[in-house]
Amino acid sequence: MAPSVGLGGASVGSAPPRLDQPFVTGFIHGPRGKIPSVSSALEKADRWGTFKARWGVGRMGYTVDPGLYGLGSPGKDSPVLVTANYKMSFDSLRVALPGRDAWILVLDTRGINVWCAAGKGTFGTIELVGRIAQASLRDVVTHRELIVPQLGAPGVSAPKARKLSGFRVRFGPVRAEDLPAYLDAGMKASPGMRRKDFPLWDRAVLIPIELVAVLKAALPVAAVMFFLSGFFGRGGFVPNLVDEGVFSFAAVMGALFAGTVLGPLLLPYLPGRAFGARGFAAGILAALALIALKGYDTGTAYGFLRGVSWLLMISSLSSYLVMNFTGSSTFTSLSGVKREMRRYLPLQVAACASGLALWVAARFFA
Amino acid sequence: MAGLTYLKDVVTLALDEQRCTGCGMCLEVCPHEVFQMDGRTVRIRDRDACMECGACSLNCPAGALTVKAGVGCAAAVINGMLGRKGASCCCAE
Repeated sequence: MAPSVGLGGASVGSAPPRLDQPFVTGFIHGPRGKIPSVSSALEKADRWGTFKARWGVGRMGYTVDPGLYGLGSPGKDSPVLVTANYKMSFDSLRVALPGRDAWILVLDTRGINVWCAAGKGTFGTIELVGRIAQASLRDVVTHRELIVPQLGAPGVSAPKARKLSGFRVRFGPVRAEDLPAYLDAGMKASPGMRRKDFPLWDRAVLIPIELVAVLKAALPVAAVMFFLSGFFGRGGFVPNLVDEGVFSFAAVMGALFAGTVLGPLLLPYLPGRAFGARGFAAGILAALALIALKGYDTGTAYGFLRGVSWLLMISSLSSYLVMNFTGSSTFTSLSGVKREMRRYLPLQVAACASGLALWVAARFFA
Repeated sequence: MAGLTYLKDVVTLALDEQRCTGCGMCLEVCPHEVFQMDGRTVRIRDRDACMECGACSLNCPAGALTVKAGVGCAAAVINGMLGRKGASCCCAE
């Protein structure tokens, strides 16, 4: 067992979950002391926490204590549902089960959601078996079954867990909202419950966190391009800043918008299978729109060079950003990502570098 | 998932039909309907849909499935190449 150290507010180790966590509504007397109970209704603070986490605020310490909780008034026959100690995972589980009594066994995933933690192995067989023992689950329920989210399967081996703990792992539906139907059907999942799609809303909720992360890197770049625009060119330093400088700033922001908003939203409609290809397409769309708005006179060498340079830079940056969206997507394989990176990373670097070179050249062409 | 298919002929998933007992565990854990029952054993229905999450091979009691499991995340690959520790992905959800 890891030593009991504070990790973002949650206690790690063998201590039972604390009763004074803000979302705990009471307690149930268990064989080894008090088991915190929770309701399936979310409070304002829970919703606010979710909103903040989506925007990257306090996301790393957004945890609940690992261990056993009671939802409603569970008894010896109530089902045991397993989840991660990321608060958003815990909340989406309990909110899906209004009016139901169940046990919730929270694994210590260091505040990471079920699927990602399963990929890393922290939502795993050993942690599950250890947590069953720590919670004295054998004395809490008379049955020997656990419902683990299907997306926990990359980390949890059902055959091994059974051998080690005596509990049979049943893989529940992908989405918590399908749990009532799954339970009512006698723990049977329809094919639709087993499929992980990537619909518009699922892609949209990921945008804020990407946007915030990339903005931190893009702002200095945009500022540098703005400043560089002052030199050479047609006019003096200040007129240049007003003309090309403002546009340079907007262009870098446009690349960011293409890569983190347009790309994810339009993902199924962009041409190509590789995310790098889809990103180039989103970037070209954004670049053409920006260049048209700016009204470069592409009939002159000066205007043409500037237009082409931004087309290259915006599309390559967008390609890079959308390629990084593979990690948030639900259907990319590691082998595939490695293959597309071998192809697209050199392309992105070449396009961006030649775009920058053309842009600098255009300053002298004025 | 029209429009949301990834690269062709790249995944490392392999099935040993000789070992498969037809228990159907892989059908249960796979999030992309890669497998299909074919009589008494399973067959690979859509190999390109596999995202190499490793759930099937980890849960196959017969050891009939192998896959080089990993997370398909470019940021993690780049962090790994740069030798950054905790080469992890953002995991925004």
